[in-house]
Amino acid sequence: MTPSRAAFGAILGKDLRSELRTLQSLPAMALFAITSFVIFRFGLDRTQLSGSLASGVLWATLLFAAVLGINRLFVAEREEGGFDAIRLAPIDRSVLFAAKAAALLIYLLTLELVAVPIFALFFLDSAAGLLPLVLILLLADLGLAATGTLISSMAVNSRARDLLVPLVLLPLVVPLMIAATGATEPLLAVGGPGYDRFGTWLTVLGLYDLIFGLVGYAVFDFLLED
Amino acid sequence: MPGSATDQPAIVLAGLRRDYGERTALDGVGLTLAAGQSLVVLGPNGAGKTTLLRILATLLRPSGGEAVVLGCSLPGEAWKLRGRIGYLGHEPLLYRDLSGRENLRFHARLHGISGAAAEARIATLLAAAGIERRADERIAELSAGMRQRLAICRCVLHEPELLLLDEPDSNLDAEGRELARELIGPAVGHARVVVTHDPERFLPEADQVLRLGIGEAAAVS
Repeated sequence: MTPSRAAFGAILGKDLRSELRTLQSLPAMALFAITSFVIFRFGLDRTQLSGSLASGVLWATLLFAAVLGINRLFVAEREEGGFDAIRLAPIDRSVLFAAKAAALLIYLLTLELVAVPIFALFFLDSAAGLLPLVLILLLADLGLAATGTLISSMAVNSRARDLLVPLVLLPLVVPLMIAATGATEPLLAVGGPGYDRFGTWLTVLGLYDLIFGLVGYAVFDFLLED
Repeated sequence: MPGSATDQPAIVLAGLRRDYGERTALDGVGLTLAAGQSLVVLGPNGAGKTTLLRILATLLRPSGGEAVVLGCSLPGEAWKLRGRIGYLGHEPLLYRDLSGRENLRFHARLHGISGAAAEARIATLLAAAGIERRADERIAELSAGMRQRLAICRCVLHEPELLLLDEPDSNLDAEGRELARELIGPAVGHARVVVTHDPERFLPEADQVLRLGIGEAAAVS
């Protein structure tokens, strides 16, 4: 058996190299997020948002932008025979899940590196809440990466992939979004960041990550069967 | 190591069947192929040739019957077999946005070959396939024949014990066919299963011939 670390590095490296070369996912995700912020700014007719509204606008935008990347996560494996190549290799197939989730996590973090400062520029009068927001983003991204990878691998063989991913993914990430928006809301409150139930929401996010990470790891092998 | 003894048959099939829903694609296939021998599989479109190859490659589960490949019973021991098979299918299993060399590096790492050993093996194969000058171009920019040459390199990269070849000459010119013969021909010494529509080309190399028909019993000669 090939060591899992080597196989993980090979698959993740291949995905990142392909994305850097083709820019098929990240620019679309970033552009979607920025356009959504512009629409929210003019649609809500507000130059400043705070509390639950700010939190909702941020997370709804990030989630829908993430769906674009999740939709394309396994397209190369499906269309260019990557699934067969990986099934023929002497590797633990769960490595594919881990590598794809890591690639998606990197896409999400890169998206947020662009989208969150623009969100702050458009809607926030203070950047004080952004530092603790990083922790929420990281925990929510881990959960989204695990769930998104799982759903994307299930949907990729369907012709209705573009429909299936949001239809199945969005209900599954409702708990994640409740926790992420709940934790973000006091950070973006008027008068500076607060930490009301911050620890509770972070625990919920951590548990979500753990559950979906383990579920993905456990069932992924079966998803690759014919 | 399971199934590594040289006197062990490369493939033993008995009553092998594969269904897709209510349609039977393959039924009653039985044969024994000794180590180092070549089996040529003939038959019209839809006779189940590719299905047979994918079952042997562990990419499909048989619906019934027995299949033992390199001493490993399928599908239960398929995991022991991975990495010991070289599979050349209809698709080259190469990523379009990576170069040929990058693709081969990727496959080498999946098979546990890395560093200088991988680079040396890749350089040898690229030279043998006559594509070292185009090896750093993206797959999307290469002709179908060049892709097939690279796919052959990928197939033998990890020095497999059994070669499963589906129309190995497709898209190859005369020079390509000769070069391919060096890499996946009978002289390589591995057991081979070759699916083809070109019996004149491959029958002289065959130790056994399996003829598959649609709705007919499989015949071995």
